Amino acid sequence: METVRVTIDGQEVEVPSGSTILEAARIAGVDIPTLCYHPDLDVKAMCRVCVVEVVGARTLQAACTQPVSEGMIVKTSSPLAREARRMNVELILSNHPQDCLNCIRNQKCELQTLAEKLGIREQRFERRSRTKNNLDISSPSLVRDMEKCILCRRCVAVCQQVQGVSALGPINRGIDTIVAPVGGCELNSVACTLCGQCVHVCPVGAIYEKDDTQKVWSALADPTKHVVVQTAPAIRVAIGEEMGLEPGALVTGKLVAVLRRLGFDKVFDTDFSADLTIMEEGHELIHRLQNGGTLPMITSCSPGWIKFIEHFYPELLDHLSTCKSPQQMFGALAKTYYAQKAGIDPKDIFVVSIMPCTAKKFECGREEMTDSGYPDVDVVLTTRELGRMLREAGINFATLPEEEFDAPLGISTGAGVIFGATGGVMEAALRTVYEVVTGKELPSVDFTEVRGLEGIKEATIDLDGQKVKVAVAHGLANAKKILELIKEGKADYQFIEVMSCPGGCIGGGGQPIPTNKEVIKKRLAAIYDADKGMKLRKSHENPAVKALYEEFLGKPLGEKSHHLLHTHYVKRGKYKI
Amino acid sequence: MAFYRAHVLVCGGTPCELGGCRAVKDTLLEEVNRLGLSSEIRVLETGCLGPCDQGPVIIVYPEGIMYARLQPGDVKEIVEQHLLKGRVVNRLVYHEKKEEAKSVVTFESSDYFGLQERIVLRNCGRINPESIEEYIAHDGYRALGKCLTEMEPAAVVQVVKDSGLRGRGGAGFPTGLKWSFTAKTDSNQKYIVCNADEGEPGTFKDRLILEGDPHSIIEGMAIAGYAVGANKGYIYIRGEYKLSIERLQHAIRQARELGLLGTNIFGSDFAFDIEVRSGAGAYVCGEETALIESIEGSRGEPRYKPPFPGVSGIWGKPTVVNNVETLANIAPIILNGAAWFRGFGTEKCPGTKVFTMTGDINNEGLIEVPMGITLRQIVYGVGGGIPGGLGFKMAQTGGTSGGCLPKEFLDLPMDYDTLAEAGSALGSGALLIMDDSHCIVDIVRCFMKFFKHESCGKCTPCREGTTRLYELVTKITEGKATNEDIALLTELSRVMQTSALCGLGQAAPNPLVTCLKYFEEEFGAHLNGYCPTGVCTMPVANVKVG
Amino acid sequence: MPAEKYSSTPNSGLLSDIDDIIRKHQNRDGALIDVLHDVQALYGYLPEQAMKRIAEGLSLPLSKVYGVATFYSLFTLEPKGQYVIRLCESAPCHIRGAVQVLSAIEEELKIKPGETTPDSKFTLEFTSCLGVCGVAPAIMINDQVYGNLTPEKVKEILRSL
Repeated sequence: METVRVTIDGQEVEVPSGSTILEAARIAGVDIPTLCYHPDLDVKAMCRVCVVEVVGARTLQAACTQPVSEGMIVKTSSPLAREARRMNVELILSNHPQDCLNCIRNQKCELQTLAEKLGIREQRFERRSRTKNNLDISSPSLVRDMEKCILCRRCVAVCQQVQGVSALGPINRGIDTIVAPVGGCELNSVACTLCGQCVHVCPVGAIYEKDDTQKVWSALADPTKHVVVQTAPAIRVAIGEEMGLEPGALVTGKLVAVLRRLGFDKVFDTDFSADLTIMEEGHELIHRLQNGGTLPMITSCSPGWIKFIEHFYPELLDHLSTCKSPQQMFGALAKTYYAQKAGIDPKDIFVVSIMPCTAKKFECGREEMTDSGYPDVDVVLTTRELGRMLREAGINFATLPEEEFDAPLGISTGAGVIFGATGGVMEAALRTVYEVVTGKELPSVDFTEVRGLEGIKEATIDLDGQKVKVAVAHGLANAKKILELIKEGKADYQFIEVMSCPGGCIGGGGQPIPTNKEVIKKRLAAIYDADKGMKLRKSHENPAVKALYEEFLGKPLGEKSHHLLHTHYVKRGKYKI
Repeated sequence: MAFYRAHVLVCGGTPCELGGCRAVKDTLLEEVNRLGLSSEIRVLETGCLGPCDQGPVIIVYPEGIMYARLQPGDVKEIVEQHLLKGRVVNRLVYHEKKEEAKSVVTFESSDYFGLQERIVLRNCGRINPESIEEYIAHDGYRALGKCLTEMEPAAVVQVVKDSGLRGRGGAGFPTGLKWSFTAKTDSNQKYIVCNADEGEPGTFKDRLILEGDPHSIIEGMAIAGYAVGANKGYIYIRGEYKLSIERLQHAIRQARELGLLGTNIFGSDFAFDIEVRSGAGAYVCGEETALIESIEGSRGEPRYKPPFPGVSGIWGKPTVVNNVETLANIAPIILNGAAWFRGFGTEKCPGTKVFTMTGDINNEGLIEVPMGITLRQIVYGVGGGIPGGLGFKMAQTGGTSGGCLPKEFLDLPMDYDTLAEAGSALGSGALLIMDDSHCIVDIVRCFMKFFKHESCGKCTPCREGTTRLYELVTKITEGKATNEDIALLTELSRVMQTSALCGLGQAAPNPLVTCLKYFEEEFGAHLNGYCPTGVCTMPVANVKVG
Repeated sequence: MPAEKYSSTPNSGLLSDIDDIIRKHQNRDGALIDVLHDVQALYGYLPEQAMKRIAEGLSLPLSKVYGVATFYSLFTLEPKGQYVIRLCESAPCHIRGAVQVLSAIEEELKIKPGETTPDSKFTLEFTSCLGVCGVAPAIMINDQVYGNLTPEKVKEILRSL
């Protein structure tokens, strides 16, 4: 590797050529403060907080973009650099509410941290407010508080470049600039998928999940309610972060224990209904393959993805699997099968989902999701909201014992847990489809081609002579590429998995802050560890699922399944819900 | 070709057009026809002659008599007296506005004209800008032909380098060096962009060059294209310049018809074509990366550099962005050589500079003078001094983003480096002269309002800073400011100058900083609740007498 | 904040005009600004329906069309008066009496900058430099520039419209 020698704050270091000053300084042990910079995004040099003095340069340089050159001398804390950095933070603060104590991002706010780090103690400019009374609570998933926006435009970048949605954009010019949904409308009035990726990249509290914890506290306190909870596969590898553990901690048993302590009557697992999804979706695929159905078939677990295709590619809706998502299958069964089995009137059952996802809040409110005769799921909490409840309850997470999920809706296989990672649904489906179609046992259950963080992955599987080509996409911009191929008739796949969020559900919009590539990698490793640790790793071997079919559903794609576990989709406008 | 005994050139620049030059021209034609003179007297429209505040103006050749402030009603007299009988109509003759009015007869012997050196404006006021034939007759497209038939691209870059030509858009970056960066890149597509997004308040030179000599820009761009290996050019003109857009589109059509744009130009395998793009009202688009964003159809927000446009510009391809005036210099440099060009101006800043003089000055308008001429020569020589016997208070050079210089700087040579040292800039060549009846704080407030309106909003120091500067300066004009406010203004200015993303934010505090320095007393008076010129309305209670 | 700003019914005449404009520019990269210019020239402003159609026609996100339309000061999203008066407030005009010209316009039309007369005849706005500083102070009324103005002259111009 080619290197250059640079001097940073008097210390000479050798760094890879092409490094930015920011990267070179880290090698030299100097952490230059940044604000708009985000390692996963191409948003740079806007906030002017990371400016440093480069000897010989006419002006200060943004460390996040300026490449180093041989012999460059950098002073990161020269009087001019310090003055500019502090003043620029002061300017941002002067146009930002000072209600840190009430803010959802208190103590998790990059601006607050930065101001503290720099020791900003006075504000010499008169306070301004970018917008007034502009709290947008229109959507079921997200809240936007534009008074707090500091115009770093990370949300715009993620929405446009990573998700290909472009629901958000800069409007107006100069001091009047705001970031807003198209036309300054409410979020719920534009084509937003509610994926919540904007939340992850927002450095402040300008966009966040709608908090539904009070509804759950109330249900738990209501003696007439039988409150059951399901936890998505991706929660067990992330909730630890909310409780102060390092990213990648696998805490399934503690999660179950803590939910019992909170007072849930039953602690179930969405992994169970993930296995069930594989039974239904796998058979749907086989059916389509054998009967000339619409191909490629695309998975339907990710509600942000569903909303995306409904808005932008309604003409391709037939490609979607008709399966409900695991969370909704769970809800429908909780208020039918489970109610029957437990002898509880379904009207008294209150279903809470712990999801890594903000779009799930929207999904559970869809009018199609009442096949049990009730709202199948009553409340969706994100991982962050659960963390908030746990902290408020004061339960010592670290010292909790490991406990088991309740039966029967808590019994699952490794195929269910990998739903939490990109490629997981595909891998789980292949494990089952292969054995169902060929009648043979898989030599190895690991389909490594579909694992990992590559934006679009492909694989071909041989089902006794019939080759099935599959693709996996995560991040909606990647999904868009595949949809375009389908539109052009160039997609030679039979089965496609799409997840809205980069990394899949482990990178979901409801996951702990921060969620970025580095953190996602750790959660990813934990998911596959969880899979490996399971006795059963194929959905069709799940005994509880088998029992469900025997006792209640009959067979996959049967009439009851059709009624409870499958759904239809809505053609939505490109510019409006 | 018919021989005409006299030519009447009617200035058709926008300022004269606003004064009604079209009607003057029509009446001229009518009168010439009526008297049967149409075979001996030729009436034609030409580009800007310079004294814009006295329009409409015409020049009658061969005598070189300029008539000013003409109305259609005056035309009959000029035709009957001057053109038919050879008697100059004294009451309508252009008089240089000066303190001691000489009886100037010919335009070219006036101080106004005499101190000028016209390279860029060589054809303005001499040829009909709508006629490619006339441009060609005045050596037009000869330089392009020379390049394509006699010179290697590298040699063309070298001549421009040797000439010492520096970018006339404001920053003064050496043009040849800029070309060489792009020439070196290996890309299947490169672009030449003519930056005609002239938005610097007080500047209208590019407008009048484009209106008066559009082919000189087309030729300059084609030469640049050949030199760096680009086959496509964009001219980005602000949307407000309707006439410039029309003239250019017309000129491009003509050049295509004659094969001077298109493929196989001059029989070579060089191909080049140009598209006109217009802005939509954003000063920041004069910044080259913002301009590129705008050409791509986006918000005109500057990009961070590096990469520089020379390496990664429009659609990520290597792109040379040159100002109108820079490009107008190219053909003469190629034809006459680098040494010839270096014969004008100073060693570090060879050539001429086109200035637009505005404000409290007798001769408002467009001039072209050698680099290094002093401010005094411009103001009191070419400019004819300050009207109404008032004193010179300050000159702002380089437009609103330039600094304000008091009378102590009158003998300063006007070039990039000297002005930069003085805290100002040569910039676009705008010269705003202010007499001593104006309040310095009031005018600074006007400058700051401009930047508040034109900041693109992308980077923090400019977006927030321009508004804060305006608020604080307004506070001074209201007599409510304190010494702490001045300290804050000074600090904020420095932060903007050192840390803003692009030139707009970096330059926005320039007029304020220079005024705080050179007009400290006047600011001090405002802090004490007193506006010495009486322009600012102060709270009555604060007024100090004496 | 408007909940459903985009709910007005499309007008078929408007849409076909816009389609013509889009077709005219379709083969050029980055044509959005030129399309917006043409559409505004047709309607005097950029109607919401038009922006959606442009987004569709040029395969751009609506947020991009909207972002561009609100960035440039020559574009307007609201219908304006028949005559849009843009008064230059840059320094050369300021020095030569733009403030007095402004007062004269305000007095004559009884509106402030940013406002439109009740009969929708005039809209008054500020603009940055128009590049006719040689004849300062100046205003632009629609596409026509007027220079060397005095309070009397500007009133005369307004009365003649």
